[in-house]
Amino acid sequence: MKTSRFNLWGLFWGTLALLYFFIPMYGTLDFSLRMQKGLISLRAYQIVLADHQFVESFLYSATMGIITVVISILIFLPTTYWIYLKLPKLRPVVEILTILPFIIPVIVYVFGLIRTFGRPPFRLTLTATGTDFLMVGGYVVLSMPYMFRAIDVGMRAIDVRTLTEASQSLGGNWLQTLINVILPNLRVALLSGSLISFATVIGELILADFLFRPALGPYMTSIGTTKAYEPAALTIMSFALTWVCLGIIQLVSRGDTSQQLTGR
Amino acid sequence: MANSQPLQVSKKSKFLDILGNWIGVIPFFIFIFVFLILPSTNLFIGAFQDTQGNFTFANIIGLQDPAILKAYYVSLQVSVITSLIGCIFGFFVAYAITIGKAPKWMRNILMTFSGLAANFGGVPLAFAFIATIGRTGLVTALLKGICFPASSGVQSCPFDIYENGFTLYGVLGLTLAYTYFEFPLMVLIITPALEGLKRDWREASDNLGANSLQYWRYVAFPILWPSILGAGLLLFGSAFGAYATAQALTGGSIYLVTILIGQQIRGDVLGNPNLGYALALGMVVIMGITISGYTILQRRTARWLKS
Repeated sequence: MKTSRFNLWGLFWGTLALLYFFIPMYGTLDFSLRMQKGLISLRAYQIVLADHQFVESFLYSATMGIITVVISILIFLPTTYWIYLKLPKLRPVVEILTILPFIIPVIVYVFGLIRTFGRPPFRLTLTATGTDFLMVGGYVVLSMPYMFRAIDVGMRAIDVRTLTEASQSLGGNWLQTLINVILPNLRVALLSGSLISFATVIGELILADFLFRPALGPYMTSIGTTKAYEPAALTIMSFALTWVCLGIIQLVSRGDTSQQLTGR
Repeated sequence: MANSQPLQVSKKSKFLDILGNWIGVIPFFIFIFVFLILPSTNLFIGAFQDTQGNFTFANIIGLQDPAILKAYYVSLQVSVITSLIGCIFGFFVAYAITIGKAPKWMRNILMTFSGLAANFGGVPLAFAFIATIGRTGLVTALLKGICFPASSGVQSCPFDIYENGFTLYGVLGLTLAYTYFEFPLMVLIITPALEGLKRDWREASDNLGANSLQYWRYVAFPILWPSILGAGLLLFGSAFGAYATAQALTGGSIYLVTILIGQQIRGDVLGNPNLGYALALGMVVIMGITISGYTILQRRTARWLKS
């Protein structure tokens, strides 16, 4: 076997990939620590964390993220359960509908939202509450491919029909079945769906920017055009947050995130 | 459930039965209708209307405007280049993970980071590249420091990239940044396909006297091409629809369709709102073709992967 040559070839590409991963990370980290000349310090982080605009926009985005996750689960969990239980023929249709946000670029989608709901008869963009309502709807749509796929993969792994029949023979109605039997079996799927949806909302720029809401994305862009070191610190912080979210998913699903992306 | 009331008419009960069957998916379809179908059809209709609301093809014909054609050209250029680079680079990384026998620790890091980096984008990605290889970035400074004494006594610094015409704030920079999430995406998609290549095939081809190149040319590649092409389409789509990274990196100075749509939303730069809808429709058509191609190829792959 001529394995040695192949090892080198593989090693070469692996190393190249690791360099591509880590150099921008390291560059950003290094940059974020150099706010004070000739000194490694956390000054940039202190400034960001002390900025009340940062705190407010972060809290706003986090709230939006949690609301989005709750509404997503409320919509997609019963729907997917119902499809597995009663309408398996509908699955391909729902699958295509939930993948549509991948086909429609976000910028086009927000264009459609503004055109539809920014005018009479809706005029939702006139008030902050109306715009927030629109934002949550948009966020649920954007995180739909991840959420639906996560729940779908989770449900495929358990025998929904048998579990439901067992629960019904013990006298449970469908709501009890869903909450007490199906839900506990889907913890991992729901957790990964929720975390990826939350991370999507926290890092989202376009919807908030064009609907003029004080979220983290627009705050970051505005910092990026006026400051030098703070953006790097913010990037490291958002890395940390997003990667904690995604890291937990990888941990609970044992590194098997490929299923979500390829949509098998 | 809905059919709990006593019923006499069988027709009515049948109707309620169907309703009972469908009631669980009704909230989903209402949501989809309001937040997905309504905005989409609205744009679609707008693309075929003039400002008075009459039906017209003028907006679609208006897409031939040189400024719009240029935006499509740059968008396609960036997406094709980044998806090609991502495809090739990602393929070899996946190869290193699976058949290339990279050390176990390296495989683990590569797989984990691919999962993370593929989901990384937007404004932070732009910031990371600015801090690394922007005008005052770490790598820029390091490269700038590599100087040699030239013959005339003046130092020559061949790696002072900004002096030599490089800029992060254009197509090249965008390519570098997009590659950061493109090639990990490729790794995620293509690794299962590479894992699906059976050892027996390689052994059989070795026994028949084929060399490595012949094995790849006549055995592995014919099996893999639908997955590779499908992955390439997905990468193309993810670059084509991207807005935030380009906006944050170039401040909107790069001429992409997404940036143009953004400017159109803010202030009708095209001087005709309906032309903006046509612009958006063009994007959706291109994305639709791309993702359909991906889905078809993905099914083709799934057939042999499952066996």
